[in-house]
Amino acid sequence: MAPHGPAPPFDLEGADRMAINRDFIGRTFPPTEPYEVSRVKIREFADAIGDPNPLYRDAEAAKAAGYPDVIAPPTFPIVVSLGNPALADPELGIDFAMVVHGEQRFEYTRPMRAGDVVTCTSTITDIKSIGRNEKLTVETEIATVEGELICKTYNTLVERGA
Amino acid sequence: MTARVKYDDVEVGTEIPAQTYHIDRANLVMYAGASGDFNPIHWRESFAKAVGLPDVIAHGMYTMAQAGRFVTDWAGDPGAVVDYGVRFSAPVVVPDEGGATLEVSGKIEEKLEDNKVVVALTARAADQKVLTRAKAVVRLA
Repeated sequence: MAPHGPAPPFDLEGADRMAINRDFIGRTFPPTEPYEVSRVKIREFADAIGDPNPLYRDAEAAKAAGYPDVIAPPTFPIVVSLGNPALADPELGIDFAMVVHGEQRFEYTRPMRAGDVVTCTSTITDIKSIGRNEKLTVETEIATVEGELICKTYNTLVERGA
Repeated sequence: MTARVKYDDVEVGTEIPAQTYHIDRANLVMYAGASGDFNPIHWRESFAKAVGLPDVIAHGMYTMAQAGRFVTDWAGDPGAVVDYGVRFSAPVVVPDEGGATLEVSGKIEEKLEDNKVVVALTARAADQKVLTRAKAVVRLA
């Protein structure tokens, strides 16, 4: 899983790759720029995963179900949590061409919904070698700009050994 | 909103019937756009093969989203999911012709306090388990 934004320069050589920089273990990055969750983005995401649930696209249906606005599918927070520039830091030394997603977990306080303005605060909690692979774990708190915690995510990336 | 399924109506071992989800390359292109994950291993076959993969593979998060949908369709309220985690144990290979089929099933693994249950999920594609340790904690009615 690559971080967001323009595709990183994928390096097909890969032979001279260094280990992921252990100096980053324990590092917490400043909160990201506020991200405004929109109805359009939630619907686009729901369409992409093929889920026709009206709570993701119809504000009236969401209100009838007791929500202030349309809510987002449980995996939607990945859209904001990986917009983190932390993983793109060249000093970290990840070769995204060799990265696969290892594990992912979300702990929810409530569903994310249209109108939420959120920031992500990420901490690299672990980097280790497993055989020929490198494994990196990031914990992210996603909270509204008012300070309400919406969810915590735990994301493990695996950089495959050459 | 509250879940459609009642806590008292499920027991440890209660099974949630399997569902299948078809995945083709167009789904992955849409998911790339919606999620912002444009890693070419998810849409360019030559690139996927050059980095040692058998073919284009689905985004792990796409697979996780399908298993999530399995849970929310069962529970009736996406907001009833309080915790959801998976390990990606094998890639879902998505050939240009024919795509892939993901089969998801679930079982109540544990009943917790506060009307919460742990749903253990199984997800398979091409006779391989593609998710392990896949669990959702859901607050039932």
